Amino acid sequence: MSATSAPIQIKGLRDGLLVTLGDGSWAELQDLLLRRIDEQPTFFQGARLVLDVGAHALRVAELSSLRDLLSERGLGLWAVLSESPLTEQTAQNLGLATRLSKPHPEEPRPLELPPENMALWVKQTVRSGMRIEFPGPVVVFGDVNPGGEVIAGGSVIVWGRLRGVVHAGAAGDEQAVVCALELAPTQLRIAGEIAVSPKKKGEVGPEVARLKDGRLVAEPWQ
Amino acid sequence: MTAKVVTITSGKGGVGKTTAVANIAVALASRGQKVVCIDGDIGLRNLDVVMGLENRIVYDLVDVVEGRCRLRQAMIHDKRLPELYLIPAAQTRDKSAVSPSDMVRLCDELRPECDWILIDSPAGIERGFRNAIAPADKVLVMTNPEVSAVRDADRVVGLLDAEEKGPASLIINRLNPAMVKRGDMLSVEDVLDLLAIELIGIVPEDENVLVASNRGTPLALDGKSRAGQAFQNIARRLMGESVPFLDLETHNLLQRIFAGRK
Repeated sequence: MSATSAPIQIKGLRDGLLVTLGDGSWAELQDLLLRRIDEQPTFFQGARLVLDVGAHALRVAELSSLRDLLSERGLGLWAVLSESPLTEQTAQNLGLATRLSKPHPEEPRPLELPPENMALWVKQTVRSGMRIEFPGPVVVFGDVNPGGEVIAGGSVIVWGRLRGVVHAGAAGDEQAVVCALELAPTQLRIAGEIAVSPKKKGEVGPEVARLKDGRLVAEPWQ
Repeated sequence: MTAKVVTITSGKGGVGKTTAVANIAVALASRGQKVVCIDGDIGLRNLDVVMGLENRIVYDLVDVVEGRCRLRQAMIHDKRLPELYLIPAAQTRDKSAVSPSDMVRLCDELRPECDWILIDSPAGIERGFRNAIAPADKVLVMTNPEVSAVRDADRVVGLLDAEEKGPASLIINRLNPAMVKRGDMLSVEDVLDLLAIELIGIVPEDENVLVASNRGTPLALDGKSRAGQAFQNIARRLMGESVPFLDLETHNLLQRIFAGRK
């Protein structure tokens, strides 16, 4: 078997194993991988796997069943790398990493701005434990609940109640704004400024938060 | 018969999952349904105690999965009702003794033989939780009207959506109408506002629950207490009946919610 055409390549990483899957049907690749693991259980035991699935478009059922099959064998699925946006979304939904973290993450990684006007459309409520990260603007069609986070390079629009954490202009864009039908975030950040929302009384309508003279202010939307 | 697999989960511990499983199971069984309960909390089993069947355990879930006994042998018949069974958890092992696909296989084997399979999920969102939801056709998320429990329930609802096990239904347990009235407890409306999922039961706070759990005689067996009634109602709603929610002296509020949801 030549290394270049092997459907499965396994490489050691600093803190896990990188498994690169080639072309072919997903079922066959999965079978092949599991067989490889079963042949050398001591090598794989307890390992953290990073799966590079290339262009394979995977749905939740496929990825979660593979994750479960791996965990039955004592392997943790840690990250899934893919060129397919569907697979990336699936992996994020399942709480898996989609990129390898750098050993020293304290440097805020500069978010690369996508082409003008490219926004991320989130058509669900961002619930506790969910984290949406996008280099451009983000539109949430739903609520952002306490414990949920939206980190955007641009502005953030929430068509619903904003009660979680939002960071707009995460790469330093001070022109970014945050608007919501009900603006009551646990914490709000725009560029480098942080604010917590004051206790509000009664019904408040839609509001926009922006930076004014270096201070975060929220105003009724009109 | 093709059983429906219902898993009760919550994220946070101590909100009343086990009590709910025992009582809903009793309520379903008392309506002539054949019910099998599975305790998914391996290593910290409780369901057998709450159902009063602890002293009859011979084999458990892990024995079935590891082939030490047949499925039938691990099913303890609750003799107070014609068709109520419990598959207890192992106490000497941990969650990794069972895998999600084991649970799917086990439930598939049981499905033709009963009407309902109720799974008691452990707290948390790790292996035990994934085992419990893997075979589920329907998931009931349980919470108490308090901020931390609701926060965890929200996380669980999100995870269920991601695993395509949604939409989940909600049980609010230990609601104290007097405290809600005083503004000291989250109201049903507050909880629904945040979680935005279908409500399937509101169980009032009731001392009798604790007494019954200690005695191993689920409240729903006699059905006179308010909590027992609430569990009976959940069972009826699971069976497809439309049952109005109990009047918990928060009449207007509940009516408003109900009117809004219809």
